Amino acid sequence: MSISTFVIVSVIKIVIALAVLLTSVAYSVWLERKVLGHIQNRWGPSYVGPFGLLQPLADGLKFIFKEDLTPPHVHKALYIAAPMLSVICAVSSIAVIPIGNWVDVAGLHIPLEITDVNIGLLVILGITSMGVYGVALAGWSSNNKYSLLGGLRASAQMVSYEISLGLSLIGVLIVSGSFSLRQIVDAQGGRFWGFVPRWNVFHGQEVAFFIYLMSAYAETNRVPFDLPEAETELVAGYHTEYSAMKFAMFFMAEYANMITVGCLATLLFLGGWHGPIVGPPLARVILPVFWFGLKVFGFMILYIWVRGTLPRFRYDQLMAFGWKFLFPLAVANLVVTALVVAVRA
Amino acid sequence: MPDNYFAPYLPLLMHFLAACLLAAAIVALSAILGYRKPTRAKLSPYECGMTPLGDARERFSVKFYLVAMMFILFDVEAVFLYPWAVILRDLKMFGFWEMLVYIGIVLVGFVYIWKKGVLDWGPSRARGRG
Repeated sequence: MSISTFVIVSVIKIVIALAVLLTSVAYSVWLERKVLGHIQNRWGPSYVGPFGLLQPLADGLKFIFKEDLTPPHVHKALYIAAPMLSVICAVSSIAVIPIGNWVDVAGLHIPLEITDVNIGLLVILGITSMGVYGVALAGWSSNNKYSLLGGLRASAQMVSYEISLGLSLIGVLIVSGSFSLRQIVDAQGGRFWGFVPRWNVFHGQEVAFFIYLMSAYAETNRVPFDLPEAETELVAGYHTEYSAMKFAMFFMAEYANMITVGCLATLLFLGGWHGPIVGPPLARVILPVFWFGLKVFGFMILYIWVRGTLPRFRYDQLMAFGWKFLFPLAVANLVVTALVVAVRA
Repeated sequence: MPDNYFAPYLPLLMHFLAACLLAAAIVALSAILGYRKPTRAKLSPYECGMTPLGDARERFSVKFYLVAMMFILFDVEAVFLYPWAVILRDLKMFGFWEMLVYIGIVLVGFVYIWKKGVLDWGPSRARGRG
């Protein structure tokens, strides 16, 4: 493949990936409102289009035409940079997420991901941990007491749970012996005793999956860890002073992060694109993508279900849970996994 | 793919630039199309209808700094463990014991900050003692 073909193929993949991601973000919001509505015995969005399906479009238009207020008391440069930083970090991390096998189009052998780097996991961790800056800067630059408290809480929470998140992934790294997300998924192919899929979550990483799930909820500031934006005490937390599209950008970043976290959980613990049926040659390209999408979708439903079910933690409970429970548990899981693998090797 | 070690990172850079462009476009779009009608009340810091007393450049709990410091310490630990985890199969039991010593030292520090009350946020005994 020559350099120009390589660049053209990459551009096409980037355009498709961004379009799919932004559409998924818009429709995750719709899905959440709809499912939450039904959980609370309401209809959710139902006026704009059939089943309210055009609601995201209407919301987007409304956000664009709303007044974009920059109050005089803010630190202007950082105030504008913060939502941009959030969106950039949230959107960039999908670049290294593989969604399926290789495809052969017009004599080109192309992986179903924007780029196949051998340290994919590190790239994702690096980019997503930059997301803390968006939240912290938004809270500080707004020069509003609610925003400051929300931003401080959010940063403290995100950095605290990042440690457990990082440690929970080490178990997977030990089992698969690679940083490449594609190799980690490939190592999960096949079955135990002919019927249990060889996914990492059934491969001694149950505890790690639990820790990852909890930390991921806290990292994305979702219920039951949504203290940074606890409406009843902090108004909207770090984005109190934001309006119009800048507010929507924090929203987009949150949902894009949820999707990234779901993709990562699928790749690392739930066997990626491996599914129960392989199918005929033509379906071997499409079915894996379908299984992958289905698993991520299930993860999103779980997110929404939890939001409709659980109350919020108290801040001291949140920090105690992260530091005094998840962190020691993650270290214990790591040591046990390492021992088992080292003894068998 | 061109035969260069950095070739896989080119699409990553392109995607990053595309993301920057997207973010800039959204901000610009909203700034151009949104209407503007600022009033004094609208421009004041939002505090649920109360007249704001001073700005938000005040002191806040030192605990947040401690959390940031602990994050750096323990996250560096996690980063040290990553390369070790990938090659543990080759290091076998030697690698396991070596890393156990390291984790042990880090855990001593963890127990110390726990006993110091750094991890207690509520109105607890540690805070009552000052």
